[in-house]
Amino acid sequence: MVISNRKTLEAKNIHVSFGGIHALSGVDLSLATGDILGLIGPNGAGKTTMVNVLTGFQRPKPGAVILDGRDVSKLSAPKMARAGIGRSFQAARLFRNLSVLENLTVAGLGIGLSKAKATEQGREILRWMSLVDQADQKASSLSYSSERRVSIARAVALRPSFLLLDEPASGMNEAECESLMEIITGLPKRVECGVLLIEHNMQVIMGVCDRVHVLDGGKSLAEGRPEEIRSNAVVLRAYLGEDASRKNTRI
Amino acid sequence: MLYFLQVSIDALALGSLYALVALAIGLVFGVMRLINFAQADYITIGAYSLVAPSTAAVPALMFGALHWVPMVAVVLLAVTVLALLTERLAFRPLRNTDTTTLLISSFAVSYFLQSLVLMLHGGRPKTVSIGEGLTSAVELFGLRIPGIQLLTMVVAMALLVVLVVFLKKTSLGVQLRAASENFEMARLLGVPANLVISIAFGISGILGGTISILFVVQTGSLDVRMGLMPAVYAFFATVIGGIGSLPGAVLGGYIVGILSVLLQAYLPVEVRPFRDAVVFAIVIIILLVRPQGLFVTGGAKERV
Repeated sequence: MVISNRKTLEAKNIHVSFGGIHALSGVDLSLATGDILGLIGPNGAGKTTMVNVLTGFQRPKPGAVILDGRDVSKLSAPKMARAGIGRSFQAARLFRNLSVLENLTVAGLGIGLSKAKATEQGREILRWMSLVDQADQKASSLSYSSERRVSIARAVALRPSFLLLDEPASGMNEAECESLMEIITGLPKRVECGVLLIEHNMQVIMGVCDRVHVLDGGKSLAEGRPEEIRSNAVVLRAYLGEDASRKNTRI
Repeated sequence: MLYFLQVSIDALALGSLYALVALAIGLVFGVMRLINFAQADYITIGAYSLVAPSTAAVPALMFGALHWVPMVAVVLLAVTVLALLTERLAFRPLRNTDTTTLLISSFAVSYFLQSLVLMLHGGRPKTVSIGEGLTSAVELFGLRIPGIQLLTMVVAMALLVVLVVFLKKTSLGVQLRAASENFEMARLLGVPANLVISIAFGISGILGGTISILFVVQTGSLDVRMGLMPAVYAFFATVIGGIGSLPGAVLGGYIVGILSVLLQAYLPVEVRPFRDAVVFAIVIIILLVRPQGLFVTGGAKERV
């Protein structure tokens, strides 16, 4: 990895409130291409809000999103996507009447590829994600875990510089989680992107992330390497709960 | 048996027509969440463009005087431009408002266009004869099929095939299908919003123009509200098929077309004048049983 080619995505002093409730208050976050950053925290900590801010779905007030030195806070969601910040959603949101491959072709066309090139790229991504057998199936016929993988594949087809994954492992069984972890670990090299991973499954977080950022009640609690976070007393108390230190020893 | 076959052909011909209008309404609904009632007036205006503006009951021909190839081309072009104009002037500025505003805007456009026709052509129905050769019947396997019905079926099927190929095989087609299913997601994936919406309206114009010519050849008459019933039927077709589903719209079109012809043929004579009421009653029953339409696969609730 060449350091000088690395792009950065930074969130600075992000505040978001919904009718008096502070979803985020003063959060800083920074991510470079090549990195996988985990974003964890209890329900309501502000994780999805953070992703919404970083992808233009939610304006920070105040706060700034800086992509490679440029302030992109005011861009709309489609423009953020074009600028290279891709995301997956908690619900897969596939085009259900299109085939799996067509779902990826749409993304390829969106970055200006010809239909042939977009289709070829789509096949390549599906092959890599072991989804190529389902390429011509209608998206509505997919199993839940395939659906989630296809939604990541489609986000990859936009060739983002940064990919934000919102709970990609939710509802997956252990084997599915493992193949997902393999895919996520491969993303920075294959797509040359940075990954922000929101996930409740600690095994996935600890297994793939270079660093982990912990949110609680809309504030940053800690950031560090997975093993540091795992043994951080503040995190254990606030995030995992009073009786969680026991649970945590199992992780 | 022969009567039944004859009726079936009527049913297929009418079903094909409704399928085309339903597809036009479905395409525009897909990309804009707009039920475009002005679709009725695209048909009306296409039909009136065949004659010169006057108040005469048997008016002089305008586009209708042309050889059939340029005539079809000019009418389709006129209606397509009209559809694109209504999108640009009436609907695009309202795109980010709610669906009710769009719907009301479409009523306004519809009334505006009807008034325009009234101003130019007067209010009374007109007689116009084009394509007279087509009204004579063709003998096929002992069946007598009016040429216009054959033409309607062939044209409708051909257009459906062309549209399916366009939607399945071209870049724009795939983007249009994606956009008609989830417009926001499509935009996130780089589908150009203005372009796909214009394409949807353009197609609805081409379909409206085609239907207007077929109608005039079939009925030989013009009326300010001639587009209304096909549009209303087509609207029901899209609802039955599952609003937002393009194959559903086509199938819905065939269902209401076939239903209305079969009822016309087989209802007791005393009930026949109330055929439309019976059709709509069946539509209501279908919707009570399957409110999401016949061909829609349910989507998941999402959290942004």
